[in-house]
Amino acid sequence: MSKKVTNVVFAGIGGQGVLKASDILADAAFASGIEIKKAEVHGMSQRGGSVSSDVRFGEGVLSPMVPEGKADYLVVLDETQVEPNAGCLAEDGKLITVNHLDVSKLQSPKCVNIALLGVLSNFLDLDVEILKNSVKANLAEKLHEMNMAAFEYGQSIEA
Amino acid sequence: MADKILVNGNVAVAHAALAAGVKLGVGYPGTPSTEILETFSAIGGHAQWAPNEKVALEVGIGAAFGAARTIVTMKHVGVNVAADPLFTVAYEKVDGALVIVVADDPGMASSQNEQDSRNYARAAGVVMLEPSTSQEAYDFLGKAIEISERWNVPVFLRLTTRICHSKTVVELKELSKADFEPNYEKNIPERVMVPALARAAHRRIVAKLHEIEAWACEAGSGMTEEKNGDKSMGIITSGIAAVHVYEAAPEAGVLKLNMSYPFPNKVVEEFAAKYDKVVIVEEGDRIIEKDCRMIGVEVVGKPEEFVFGELNVARTKKLIAGDGSPDAPTPKDRPPQLCVGCPHRYSFQVLKDLDAVVTGDIGCYTLGVMPPFEKIDTCVCMGGSIGVGLGLRHVLPDDQARKVVSVIGDSTFMHSGLTGIVDMVYNRPKTGHVVMILDNSITAMTGMQEHPGTGRALDHSPAYQVSVEDVCKGIGVENVAVFDPLKEQEEMKATLKDYLDNDKIGVIIARRACIIALKNLSQRK
Repeated sequence: MSKKVTNVVFAGIGGQGVLKASDILADAAFASGIEIKKAEVHGMSQRGGSVSSDVRFGEGVLSPMVPEGKADYLVVLDETQVEPNAGCLAEDGKLITVNHLDVSKLQSPKCVNIALLGVLSNFLDLDVEILKNSVKANLAEKLHEMNMAAFEYGQSIEA
Repeated sequence: MADKILVNGNVAVAHAALAAGVKLGVGYPGTPSTEILETFSAIGGHAQWAPNEKVALEVGIGAAFGAARTIVTMKHVGVNVAADPLFTVAYEKVDGALVIVVADDPGMASSQNEQDSRNYARAAGVVMLEPSTSQEAYDFLGKAIEISERWNVPVFLRLTTRICHSKTVVELKELSKADFEPNYEKNIPERVMVPALARAAHRRIVAKLHEIEAWACEAGSGMTEEKNGDKSMGIITSGIAAVHVYEAAPEAGVLKLNMSYPFPNKVVEEFAAKYDKVVIVEEGDRIIEKDCRMIGVEVVGKPEEFVFGELNVARTKKLIAGDGSPDAPTPKDRPPQLCVGCPHRYSFQVLKDLDAVVTGDIGCYTLGVMPPFEKIDTCVCMGGSIGVGLGLRHVLPDDQARKVVSVIGDSTFMHSGLTGIVDMVYNRPKTGHVVMILDNSITAMTGMQEHPGTGRALDHSPAYQVSVEDVCKGIGVENVAVFDPLKEQEEMKATLKDYLDNDKIGVIIARRACIIALKNLSQRK
């Protein structure tokens, strides 16, 4: 398991499941016994405003917020939110956006967050089964099948 | 070993309240504080929403006078509403614990100002603890209860947005339970603040604060935390700023103030003496800096730039370097909007059609300020729409005065709109006045909380439903009309025009449920 702190920033618009995606990743890191901190801004996000959430895991995480220019991964659920968040990405950081997906291949556009988690999972030093279990634990049972398919579709994408 | 959970600071406080046997949690919803009572209720605690923060604190005071462990929750601006009871209960003896959990919002993620509640601790003489992680939020609620019961004083637990809404790991430790049950003991000298008794009480509380300060300075109190570092620089900090400091300046010595008021003078003096230079890293106002200067400790404070917004690791580095240059502007976030299908949209169209001057209030409908409506002209505070509208009516020339409409939501009306309505009928403006209550039957902006007008308690169980129209009629408003803004938009517009043109005193209730609340409601059923 990686010693270094991994910084992931999720961004999008209220209602897209940005916070859900970050919760799933955070819970998976926690379940893996890794030090974890997660920050998010709520507020008026339910009204269609910008939303972002920071997930940091690995040994010696201190601040819950990913410092500017230190994100290893920036996962963006809505194209318009790439530019406002680009500054958080490290020079060698990886940008993963909804453009990596063919959304028509998802059973619902509401699964974009989970599909992007699938894409992200290819890069992370986390057990995919733990991550999948975390997806299930964070969603109602009737949504499991649809989202497992979205996650696996995401895994098949080369970003 | 105790269970561990990954939760945000709000949820941590709720679990601590349950573990410590808190008998009553009461508050008014407000981001970022709302989930504390929602969680406390969901895990089995007795929690309730008060109509506003003043009533919440008063109910909490009563419970603590009755020797029960009590928490009262609110956001920072809520303390303004609760300030009247706060400043006097500070003099009084509580038999149970009274912990006021206040959530500040530096950077204003969802607030109308970024006031710093640490000022209230000093102004009112109320002890304040400041956690920097979810674990500390849990532990410090336990500490706050201990302090409150040991010295019989109210205690503040101050959270900030990043404590409330950051998830970190919490070990659910056992917390000590009260070894007494609710019971009333008569104590006129310490409970009835008439001048003769209050003079003595003021001296008593100041003496207690000295005692608490002395205790906080003892090793083992847990009220300060010191990390040794390079002799060249020591940093004094508190709350979330501390974790930024640990990351931004790993070599520095750090004194973290877990109790930020009363100020632990002796510990600060001893810490400062060890370092060549002492830098203060604090979010919000310059409070630790002033407290240090008060006791003659020479420190380097922060540049003015850092009075604004929240800190993060990068800004903390700049602050420590004394670099007060403005940050590079970040690309603009997408601002929030009234939802597509939001019933408020139909009401704002009416106000726009009639070219009204709209004094607004605090809630989702404040977003009526955004295009295409731009139909909120003022926004000050909860309930402020009505008084501000009346003030304009009293002084403007008649043709302008007749255009003024106050707009307020249903939860905000229950919070602090009632006295405005009383003033409207009592000091009736010559041109009359109209209040529109945009009733979406929920406290929407904070995330769908119940209030006295919804007919449901905090846990959504049935409760008495206060009728907005009956309240207005009872106060003496001559014209009260209720419309569905979607289905009866034209009728609503005609009625509003009639009230405005004919100098009437009127309340128009535009009632249609919030579309998000409706979805939640159907999921619960």
